[in-house]
Amino acid sequence: MKKTGLNNSQEVQMSNPIENLNKIFDSRVRLGIMSTLMVNEEINFNDLKQLIVVTDGNLASHIKSLEESGYIKVNKGFIGRKTNTVYKVTKAGKKAFQNHLDALEKMIRSIS
Amino acid sequence: MNAKNESLQELQHIKKMMERSTKFSSLSGLSGVAAGTCALVGVWFAVRSIADWKSSHVNNPEAPMEELATQLLLIAVATFIAAVISAFIFIYLRCKKLDIPVLGMSARRVIINIAIPLFMGSLFVFRLATTGAYNLIPPACLIFYGLGLVNASKYTLNVVRYLGFTQLIIGVINLLVLGYGLIFWGVGFGLIHIIYGVIIWWKYEKNGSEQFTRSANE
Repeated sequence: MKKTGLNNSQEVQMSNPIENLNKIFDSRVRLGIMSTLMVNEEINFNDLKQLIVVTDGNLASHIKSLEESGYIKVNKGFIGRKTNTVYKVTKAGKKAFQNHLDALEKMIRSIS
Repeated sequence: MNAKNESLQELQHIKKMMERSTKFSSLSGLSGVAAGTCALVGVWFAVRSIADWKSSHVNNPEAPMEELATQLLLIAVATFIAAVISAFIFIYLRCKKLDIPVLGMSARRVIINIAIPLFMGSLFVFRLATTGAYNLIPPACLIFYGLGLVNASKYTLNVVRYLGFTQLIIGVINLLVLGYGLIFWGVGFGLIHIIYGVIIWWKYEKNGSEQFTRSANE
């Protein structure tokens, strides 16, 4: 797993015993990106960076892994001359996130 | 730490990110107090210039109304600018304290959604002024402002919705009893802002800020 500075210790803690929990959402940054995209139609790189409070490189690498899993899609556009890259969640991403929530729920129920 | 706690923490993180990306929660109650104070000062200036105008035209039935109208318009514009700037300063300070972007996505949504009814309202009020329907200006201001707040409230603290409804109610009452515009203005833009400002401060800032920063930096 990539070293992510601030979130590294949490990533280690969150290696989950239950299989249903999606490994991709182990990282707080990726979980943050997905949570944000679930409730926003689309969001651009800078807003995402400010919301999650991570460095450019860190965010970019997490976005890339979510994109490779097919959970988010990337639209590169322009506002004037500046590039404006926006991200959206895909159907598969929505489903995976929903499953992850269900797994979390089950986990809490099973222990309580 | 056990697995249940981890799952709960993860859910809390999800909830926090969802809220943070859709709601602008770093409003400052002090902004309301400052804007309300500006409004009351504006009303005081307006009352004074009306009194001056009346006393200087005591025996003149054809007194020039335009002169007074221009003066009142200037007071209104100055009050509006002062209120917006002072409100912005406190919101800016609060955002800095909570380490939240001042003009982030959610703040932009609030501004756009409040600006649409306000812009339409200002066109409407401008027309009221040029046709001489001065009595309708204060209720129109209160109603359009109330609509703006209700419209923007879904992107910020819920209490803003009630502030909007309160302004709408005051505006409607003023529609029914035309002619006490400055009093209604003072109550709606002054008193109500100060009261809600204190409520917001009491509810979210008095001791809540520390808690919020801690969870945000977690």
